[in-house]
Amino acid sequence: MQALVIAAHGSHLNPDASDPTYAHADTIRETGAFDEVREAFWKEEPHFREVIRTLESDEVFVVPLFISEGYFTEQVIPRELRLDDWDPDKWESDGTSASQATLEATDVGKTIHYCGPVGTHDAMTDVIVQRAETAMEDPNVGDGVGLSVVGHGTERNENSAKAIEYHSDRIAERNRFDEVKALFMDEEPEVDDVTDYFESDDIVVVPLFIADGYHTQEDIPEDMGLTEDYRLGWDVPAAVDGHRIWYTGAVGTEDLMADVVLERAADAGADIGDAREAVRRLAASAAEAGTDSSPEPNAGAGAGD
Amino acid sequence: MTDVSVATDDIEALLERASDGVAFDGLHVTETDGEYALETPGNEWTGLDDAALRRALDSVAAYVTNWRYWQETVGGEGTARRAFLRWCERAPLADADPDAAPTGPRTGGADDADDRPGALGVTDRYDALRDGIDREWGQLSITARFVDIDAPDGERVYDLWHVEDAGRDLADLEIHDDPRDARELATYDEDGRYRPLKTAPTLPGGWAFTGLSGAELVETVEFFYPATVANWHRELRGNLDVDHWLETAERQTGIYDVIDELPREAVEWMTEACCVDSQCLRRREWQYEAGDDLAVDGGDGPFPCREPCSLVVAAARKWATLESEDEHTYELELTTSELNQLEELIDAVAEGRTDEIREADVYDGANRYRARYLRAKRFDDEGDLEATRVDD
Ligand code: SF4
Repeated sequence: MQALVIAAHGSHLNPDASDPTYAHADTIRETGAFDEVREAFWKEEPHFREVIRTLESDEVFVVPLFISEGYFTEQVIPRELRLDDWDPDKWESDGTSASQATLEATDVGKTIHYCGPVGTHDAMTDVIVQRAETAMEDPNVGDGVGLSVVGHGTERNENSAKAIEYHSDRIAERNRFDEVKALFMDEEPEVDDVTDYFESDDIVVVPLFIADGYHTQEDIPEDMGLTEDYRLGWDVPAAVDGHRIWYTGAVGTEDLMADVVLERAADAGADIGDAREAVRRLAASAAEAGTDSSPEPNAGAGAGD
Repeated sequence: MTDVSVATDDIEALLERASDGVAFDGLHVTETDGEYALETPGNEWTGLDDAALRRALDSVAAYVTNWRYWQETVGGEGTARRAFLRWCERAPLADADPDAAPTGPRTGGADDADDRPGALGVTDRYDALRDGIDREWGQLSITARFVDIDAPDGERVYDLWHVEDAGRDLADLEIHDDPRDARELATYDEDGRYRPLKTAPTLPGGWAFTGLSGAELVETVEFFYPATVANWHRELRGNLDVDHWLETAERQTGIYDVIDELPREAVEWMTEACCVDSQCLRRREWQYEAGDDLAVDGGDGPFPCREPCSLVVAAARKWATLESEDEHTYELELTTSELNQLEELIDAVAEGRTDEIREADVYDGANRYRARYLRAKRFDDEGDLEATRVDD
């Protein structure tokens, strides 16, 4: 038997923080690729500490639903899972290249394949592009459009910026968008000055965050000047300094994220059959449905309610 | 018990295993040189040929269908899932460790293990499963029953609702059959407030899961109260791995690095604030450290708490900061009744009672008008209590 654990941050204060985790877990449950699928959290239950013991499978694939390699993925999760032999070197990563490490959880004696975070997987690049497509309701979006991937920047470690830059570079290499730029909340180049970095009239801004919360729904919209007060919501697109800014919600809520989770597990040796195709089909049909029905103009409102 | 129906299928399944010997829940079948022996608590047959064994098995249908349900349908020997489902119908628990008594499950635990009073044998259980066997797990009421009550074939299903809804008509409840629905039901309390602690005694009612399979029941219970079944099972087997306060606090890093500085007496206050039964249904088994128990009662719930949860860790960080402050002596003028009123205010908030205080109940010190009056009288223009520090 094989099990999948999606390890996410969760929240004591915001009930919506775990929604993407549940949604992606459910999508994967539907595929039947794993005998067991569990959500696990740092701030909700089941906690990382107690999730492995709820499983009957001997082989467990743990995929962190985090954006970057860093404090949570390198220290907190392995420690709380009791992966006693863990060392970040086992990932042999340059900051964005972690794939997996095989360890044992000492409380239960099970084999744990501890995977790199979803945020640095190559498949994540596609999710960002898909976000742009849904935001602009155009499956071929790119021509005449600038794309900005926005991240937190210096958190507890430098890798957080690396993940943002990694995907920006990969998208730029595809020559699909006129301009691609990584921007940050806490460091240069800052998202506040978004219009300074683009010549294109249309700029689609995709926040590389796992869940919507005060960063994506309060700080960033206000910082970019989409709205004076996040509580009033904002338009998509919003006119700022002669540009039209298409601001999307956190990329982690995109349906295609379930595919990234699956790929992480498959890279680590999970037998997932044709689950990826099923998830991609599902995500594509959801995206199509999304383009047909125009999104709420004030898609951002509500986070503060 | 004669109307228990045993399918040919059940008998075939059993015969397949007979040569290896079957010994389960009072049913024993052995084979020596093509001859079978069959034994139940009430009967014994020996020297049976194939046809005679079939006839004999037919006459102990309850034992055969019980064997089939547990060994073939449920399976999972040694798993928490199986033990929990056994507990649900008060069946003897094979893996209970009789020496694990001090930390053994309190509700029904002590009388559950094999050869302890309270566990039901197959005959009694089959009688009880017609009406349904009820169990409580926190605020969950679980009923195990036969799918087919008139002609039971051994197949069980499970119903689940809020303990407070146990007497209500099913028609008044919202019916669910997908275990995942429990996640949503467990997210908000009656007033629509988020429940970050799943085992807080604030689960709202009004819903019912009916006709769940055993696996679905366990999944649903685990969505309501994550990891409680696994930890209960560990405790049952005498291997619950408790991490006490100090170990847990010292393990923390980052912003929680400071919590191991919380004074011992503050840990007592913290458990009294957060972990008692009125706040959390997990039974706190962790102490200050091994051999140094906290004085506060751990509670009586059926499932144990094996280490400080994330909510307590996060709150401890706040208290660690607050407890690092020095104490001072302040002087402020209050009438005796005003001093009493401060106590009433703190009590009302601590007991979550403020919503219940009636608008015009000015006899309650935590009444809003009373609080506003006190503020108008005793706060200065800056909105601070007029108190003077007198110790320097
Ligand atoms: S630490 Fe306290 S509040 Fe948290 S789950 Fe355990 S008993 Fe409940």
